[in-house]
Amino acid sequence: MAKEFIEGSMAVAEGAALCRPDVISAYPITPQTHIVEDLAQFVADGKLSCEFVNTESEFGAASVVLGAQCAGARAYTATTSQGLILMSEVLFNVAGMRLPLVMCVANRSLSAPLSIWTDHQDIVTLRDSGFIIMFAEDAQEALDLHMIAYKVAEDKRVQLPVMINIDGFLITHTFEPVDVPEQAEVDKFLKPYVPFQALDPKNPYTMGAFTEPAYHMDVRYAMHKANVDSASVIEEVSAEFEKHFGRAAGGLVQGYKLDDAETVLVAFGSITGLLEEAVDAMREKGQKVGVLKIKTYRPFPFEAVKKALAGKKRVIVLDRAMSGGFGEILGAEIRSALYGVSGQPAIDGYIYGLGGRDIFIEDVEKLVADPNPGTHNGDWIGVRHDILEEA
Amino acid sequence: MDNLKEKLMKKHLLAPGHTACAGCGEALGMRMIIDAIGPNCIVANATGCSEIFTSKFPQSSWEVPWVHSLFENAAGVASGIEAAYKAKGRTDVKTVAIGGDGATADIGMGVISGMFERGHNILYVCLDNEAYMNTGIQRSSLTPFKAHTTTSPSGKVSLGNPTRKKDLMAIALAHRVGYVASCSLANPIDLEKKVKKAVEHKGPSFIHFHAPCPLGWAFESDQTVNIAKLAVNTGLFPVLEYENGELIKVAKIKKVPVDDYLKLQKRYRHLFKTDEGKEFIKGIQAIADANIEKFGLAK
Repeated sequence: MAKEFIEGSMAVAEGAALCRPDVISAYPITPQTHIVEDLAQFVADGKLSCEFVNTESEFGAASVVLGAQCAGARAYTATTSQGLILMSEVLFNVAGMRLPLVMCVANRSLSAPLSIWTDHQDIVTLRDSGFIIMFAEDAQEALDLHMIAYKVAEDKRVQLPVMINIDGFLITHTFEPVDVPEQAEVDKFLKPYVPFQALDPKNPYTMGAFTEPAYHMDVRYAMHKANVDSASVIEEVSAEFEKHFGRAAGGLVQGYKLDDAETVLVAFGSITGLLEEAVDAMREKGQKVGVLKIKTYRPFPFEAVKKALAGKKRVIVLDRAMSGGFGEILGAEIRSALYGVSGQPAIDGYIYGLGGRDIFIEDVEKLVADPNPGTHNGDWIGVRHDILEEA
Repeated sequence: MDNLKEKLMKKHLLAPGHTACAGCGEALGMRMIIDAIGPNCIVANATGCSEIFTSKFPQSSWEVPWVHSLFENAAGVASGIEAAYKAKGRTDVKTVAIGGDGATADIGMGVISGMFERGHNILYVCLDNEAYMNTGIQRSSLTPFKAHTTTSPSGKVSLGNPTRKKDLMAIALAHRVGYVASCSLANPIDLEKKVKKAVEHKGPSFIHFHAPCPLGWAFESDQTVNIAKLAVNTGLFPVLEYENGELIKVAKIKKVPVDDYLKLQKRYRHLFKTDEGKEFIKGIQAIADANIEKFGLAK
């Protein structure tokens, strides 16, 4: 089928609509707005048949999709940044209640200072929520991940919600050629949702009961274990997707020119496209460099990371977020995964691009050219010390 | 008489064995309310006493489908349930949201406003025991004037809660909620009729239930119904019914002075000890008198 030249947000909306959600609920926030506008238009035009609930806040929207999932519906929402952390109380609840919600997060920085531009501070702040967390690199993958996400989330072995992350503006507002599959093809891949349990007077369940210490820890363990164990389901469903649609999406990690690489750049989000270009440029100069893309951030792909990076000379991790008072986040997790493995590489971690600050191929080349591997722990790239001193 | 016996002996939709305090007005009221709604409903319950005393895992008192998510989102969860059932084409099932005074008038207000404004077919019930009882009797915006709570305590320079109860009914009416009513343990037959009407109403409806709390208000646990009656007969809790914005019915009262109501509850005892306190009792009487005048409560 011919590809359509569409905005990333439209690809997301098409992906969500193809999954036939029963209930969509959302609250507008930049740069998520085009996604919900497109979905609202689909409903207004009769292209998508579902209940579309405009709410008074993201907190309300998250509560609506929680309620819809409890009632056995397939529900969907999208948000970003402040909206995501306003939802956070509900989202921990969604995961704890084991509701297979799928949502899209158009990654953006957190205030203060206010910034509408991309970074990953919003999603890393929700990393402990119990959600499965996946990243798309471009508009096509953003669309494709929706089908994979619902299929993983609703799998009886998983029963957990999924967040699909896309960089704000860089993906949401960029036009790309996208293959929008036929509904019939999607229907063959993603079957109607059959809930494990649902609120119904015909068979009354009590959901969301409270627990005393005798039960709480065990329920939390079961949730964590389901998240860890979902790794194999994610791989299985991603492989099935590739077989069915003829293109790859999802998975746990993805390598680029890894086999003979001595230095590997590790990151998630749209920067991985830039890293591929940087690698190509450096390889032309004879440098053996590769990329490891983290496609699934939770469950954290420990084994896949070890397999890809053990024995390499050097690993450079790029974080588009930071832990106040600690520093790198993904960097620390990669260090944790590689700690004590035989053939542990020298590891450097950098914080880049907060609040939408651009990063260029030359910046990446400088990191690789650094003469002291293993000495950079959450170093900040491109901080304007001159203006800080002035202040 | 047989009819009454039948009612008393029937299986309730809120099963006994829950962990509410002896004499809990909320437990009694919630049982009456859910029995009046009937089995063909789904309940979304806010965090609070009603949720805690009915749902301790692995037990449940609920004979109807019931969900608890958070403190402040019962109206949002109910909106999602109602939307899901609409999407499935099952419109015969009534969605009900239940919250306490804090969940309703304070922390959940924005979400309730959204639910009202969007016009969901949901009955929202506020079980008003006039403070955060589940966390230990802290004030809410429905705590009455000069009542002692643990966060509006009486002391050497303060005589309890400085503010009056928020007008919840007016807030519901401002959203053009089609059926809005208050009810009390003072009149269970009136309560049942109103709840049934609220269930039949298409679109949002709102019930404000006054729930005397022996623990938080500090009265003897055999006095719950008496306290409820006194709240109505003083004029402090007007029992009203609105349809499409019009006041269609008020419960007429046998007027009693507010002293009779206040003196049975230790949350007000500080007011009887000083001249300043006695002045505030006059202020409370003025609130009751204004209600009687405004709603024509006198027989």
